[in-house]
Amino acid sequence: MYDFELVKPSSVDEAVKALADEDAQALGGGQTLIPTMKQRLASPGRLVSTLGISGMDGVSAEGGVLTAGGAATHGAVEKGAAGSYPALAALAGNIGDPAVRNRGTIGGSLANNDPAACYPAALLASGGTVVTDKREIDADDYFQGMFTTALDEGELITAVKFTIPEAANYQKFEQPASRFALVGVFVARHAGGVRVAVTGASEDGVFRWTEAEEALGKDFSAAAVSGLSVPAEGMIGDLHGTPEYRAHLVKVMTGRAVAAAS
Amino acid sequence: MPKISMKVNGKTMSGEAEGRTLLAQFLREELDLTGTHIGCDTSQCGACVVHVDGVAVKSCTMFAAEAEGAEVTTIEGMANEDGSLSVIQQAFQDHHGLQCGFCTPGMVMSAAALLKDNPKPSEAEIRDYLEGNLCRCTGYHNIVKAIMAASGQDVGAIAAE
Ligand SMILES: Cc1cc2nc3c(=O)[nH]c(=O)nc-3n(C[C@H](O)[C@H](O)[C@H](O)COP(=O)(O)OP(=O)(O)OC[C@H]3O[C@@H](n4cnc5c(N)ncnc54)[C@H](O)[C@@H]3O)c2cc1C
Ligand code: FES
Ligand code: FES
Repeated sequence: MYDFELVKPSSVDEAVKALADEDAQALGGGQTLIPTMKQRLASPGRLVSTLGISGMDGVSAEGGVLTAGGAATHGAVEKGAAGSYPALAALAGNIGDPAVRNRGTIGGSLANNDPAACYPAALLASGGTVVTDKREIDADDYFQGMFTTALDEGELITAVKFTIPEAANYQKFEQPASRFALVGVFVARHAGGVRVAVTGASEDGVFRWTEAEEALGKDFSAAAVSGLSVPAEGMIGDLHGTPEYRAHLVKVMTGRAVAAAS
Repeated sequence: MPKISMKVNGKTMSGEAEGRTLLAQFLREELDLTGTHIGCDTSQCGACVVHVDGVAVKSCTMFAAEAEGAEVTTIEGMANEDGSLSVIQQAFQDHHGLQCGFCTPGMVMSAAALLKDNPKPSEAEIRDYLEGNLCRCTGYHNIVKAIMAASGQDVGAIAAE
């Protein structure tokens, strides 16, 4: 790993200033970035830690919206969402292992937008916004393909807002080695309709399965999706599963999520 | 190189660290606390688990400077004051929870973190909690047994040694 300067700001303002440098990058829990730097796939000149920024680590719910600070760890979301949004709490509590959950942050996960990460599915199905130092980005506009988001260079995720659904569930079919999602489906039933978001499957990263959303809007039961089919085209194929296998799993996991939604 | 300090196993200790110096490396190479092991260096194996401000972290995936001023506990801080083995360590010995011992520091630190939050975990909870701690030798059963025993529970029902 190449050396760099570590900056530990205590406010968002200080962090944004430190990030203005072209060579600077945010450091959340480092659970993705540190391994990437070890492989020299990233070599920032300055890392700006989000973990000590005051007011960026909390989780709270009010008026049907759950807000997590951009530096809230997965462990903090697991605890903080347990009463208000249990499906999100369960998702957070199943990311990696306890030590990873004590460091990894929601902001880091969403900024990274790994095609097999869990939070992207939760945010896209919940609806809501990514709040940055500059603006609020709607969940539907935020994800722009594998490892790509609407964030600008140096833009900092300060908070993430989820619209709490009437009922929801996340089903993750784990890739047996990494335990990331081979396919993960988050189903959320809102007063205005159903949203279904799929992670792990597509070469374009997380996506909404609109056909299932329509069918589930009319009849919220696992049977409603059993007649649908997902095209294998554009699905990820690797040694863990073919595109056809993943396409099949999307349907199966959606059905399971609907059956388990509460 | 900048100097950083932190409280390790109750004592304030300092040493030199670059930005990129990992906590595991700092503990082992600067402070000579080689009980913390590095098995993979890729966040997978958990041999490097230590506690920072009371929570378990993988010290190979955290920079030393991030722990500046923090309270760190390593395996060297787990024995009783008189040097005898702590309840968890003794249970690992009694139940053959180790063979080569390479994973053991991380296993003990994870076990201690689990029992702090959940003093009487079920077998399933123990197995789930150890997801990020890999052992090449034991096949895990005796590790689970040791943690059950350390929490004062009956170990009779767990698969044979
Ligand atoms: C063993 C293991 C298992 C895992 N399993 C899973 C899993 O099952 N599911 C899952 O979803 N993830 C999993 N992860 C990934 C984990 O959730 C990471 O914590 C997460 O992807 C990155 O969060 P971080 O805070 O560690 O970010 P970092 O690694 O610190 O940063 C990642 C990227 O985000 C940027 N960044 C960080 N914070 C911000 C911010 N506030 N604003 C803007 N940009 C920011 C960084 O510059 C960097 O580009 C696993 C990781 C490990 C090591
Ligand atoms: S050495 Fe840190 S997880 Fe393996
Ligand atoms: S005892 Fe050898 S790796 Fe666990």
